[in-house]
Amino acid sequence: MGRTLAEKVWDAHVVRRADGEPDLLYIDLHLVHEVTSPQAFEALRLAGRPVRRPDLTLATEDHNVPTTNTLAPIADPISAAQVEALRKNCAEFGVRLYPMNDPGQGIVHVVGPQLGLSQPGMTIVCGDSHTSTHGAFGALAFGIGTSQVEHVLATQTLPQRRPKTMAVTVDGDLPAGVTAKDLILAIIARIGTGGGAGHVIEYRGAAVRGLSMEGRMTVCNMSIEAGARAGMIAPDDTTFEYLAGRAHAATGPDWDEAVAYWRTLASDDDAVFDREVVIDAASLTPYVTWGTNPGQAAPLDSLIPTPGDYADPAARASAERALTYMGLTAGTPLSEVTVDTVFIGSCTNGRLSDLRAAADVLRGRRVADGVRALVVPGSMQVKAEAEAEGLDEVFRAAGAEWRSAGCSMCLGMNPDTLRPGERSASTSNRNFEGRQGPGGRTHLVSPAVAAATAVTGQLTAPAQL
Amino acid sequence: MRSPLGVEPAGARDRDRHPDHDIVQRGAFPAMEAFTIHTGRAVPLRRSDVDTDQIIPSEWLKRIERTGFGAGLFSEWRADEGFVLNNPAYAEASILVAGPDFGTGSSREHAVWALQDYGFRAVISPRFADIFRGNALGNGLLPVQLPAGTVEALQTAVEQDPTVEITVDLAAREVRGAGLVAPFELDDFTRWRLMEGLDDVGLTLRHEELITGFEATRPGWLPSAV
Repeated sequence: MGRTLAEKVWDAHVVRRADGEPDLLYIDLHLVHEVTSPQAFEALRLAGRPVRRPDLTLATEDHNVPTTNTLAPIADPISAAQVEALRKNCAEFGVRLYPMNDPGQGIVHVVGPQLGLSQPGMTIVCGDSHTSTHGAFGALAFGIGTSQVEHVLATQTLPQRRPKTMAVTVDGDLPAGVTAKDLILAIIARIGTGGGAGHVIEYRGAAVRGLSMEGRMTVCNMSIEAGARAGMIAPDDTTFEYLAGRAHAATGPDWDEAVAYWRTLASDDDAVFDREVVIDAASLTPYVTWGTNPGQAAPLDSLIPTPGDYADPAARASAERALTYMGLTAGTPLSEVTVDTVFIGSCTNGRLSDLRAAADVLRGRRVADGVRALVVPGSMQVKAEAEAEGLDEVFRAAGAEWRSAGCSMCLGMNPDTLRPGERSASTSNRNFEGRQGPGGRTHLVSPAVAAATAVTGQLTAPAQL
Repeated sequence: MRSPLGVEPAGARDRDRHPDHDIVQRGAFPAMEAFTIHTGRAVPLRRSDVDTDQIIPSEWLKRIERTGFGAGLFSEWRADEGFVLNNPAYAEASILVAGPDFGTGSSREHAVWALQDYGFRAVISPRFADIFRGNALGNGLLPVQLPAGTVEALQTAVEQDPTVEITVDLAAREVRGAGLVAPFELDDFTRWRLMEGLDDVGLTLRHEELITGFEATRPGWLPSAV
């Protein structure tokens, strides 16, 4: 019987297999950031263990970093201490670090791909659930906890139970104005926040093949929001063209050998998935979330749902609670929801094509009075590329703030937060209660919808401008 | 608020011993607390999709220590006087009985540390998020998956009588109490590791030769981060 992409990558990394035990998987790349690593390094220190493969380990500072006045010391002493701990640990254990203000710094899931480090067929882990991003290259990439970070630092392996596989096939072409973000929000709304639990999702079909690498990263990034262990897309010419010439990609005969191998990774025609979901791309429209988990999403041109319409009691209770927290009334058109803040950035939508999409909407327009709009590039390289194209000028001219690279308002760990009761349209990945700051209310949207919303002050698709 | 723990001597029965028992190194930091059987009161958390941002808000993640997260557990929800953890009747609870999809979202192991630091030894839910479940098993916080109807019945029982004691028996792989006996699944290897309180790094380093051997087979074109 044929094998799926996920099974092929898995099988190629098994160091040890024993009856009844988890497989011991070799890890090709370990990405590290300041939040989930200090306790792991401390454990190594106490045990007298080195980092086994510093050459397969890369660190960056992203969650805590401010996105303004980045040359000044970090004001919050606890954040500053955490960033300092990473610097000390990387120096002591010989790990390459991209610190604040370095041209290579950025969000860990933007940095890996832009360096060409995230490649097809690899196993990639990071103490961060959005590690699923790198699955866009046909890598098996997943988030881990701090004890597992310690395990990978010490052994370059991880004991893992073989996951189930799930195919999400998106047939047809995405209509104009519908983006990768809309697609993944629609998928999560369809299968639910636990729908992918225990599975690796492989995204397939014409609409997925038609996505750019950056769009594919947006889709795979949010696999975790469907509960999936990882998300993957089979590598193809789009993948190879993106990688060719990048700093850490192979060259010459090595490149040819790599591409030849990568072409063997696609799921076999007779491979069997444990679960299959089919989505009709043509039926999709811009999606936004209305609730407090990413599965609580709906088309922007629809009404806020009525909890009583849910048959499942848990879903009904969750919807009731979400509407109360969000301060929303069932039956209201989503397009009438007004926002205070617009955030464009994050590991989901902080790449150059995301900024271009937002700039295309904002060019020649103004951010609505009373709306704060933050545009935060996912890395210093993205920032430089955007500035070379003049995108920063477009954003500034529209009245938006152009920031430095970091996780920013995706999560409340740095100065960029919502105030209690404040409402945002955000291109990030989580609309959990308080995610962007205690009491903050988050609507997840695409970069294009975020930009259009900034112009009108209420949830808006660009086509409505 | 630590509850008395009903912990039997680890690895009490020979049939639970893994053949490699005597040569396994103990983890240096921190030694994982072994879990064999635990009896305690339970608190009902009737919410689904309890994400790790709720379990421990991100503000707490700036700390570089591994302890002291109990004060941050559900800190936003605990600000509401009516939240179930604020009910004195559940002050002694050491088992959390939650709705489906517990521990979704962020990979933060701090969520597990916070639950343990607060005094929980087990969480019961119809379904756990994968990363949370892995983190819990790595720290000796037992994630017990039971059918939704059983979880609901346990919640109702401890709502009616908060003094009801629930036993989570890892050796027998069953939850007992409130008139229920509910078997749960956990693979033999993970069960053995939990009952012995073994850390994965020590287990894996027994196979260092295999790791070195695997490394020799990796293609030369794979990238280096240096």
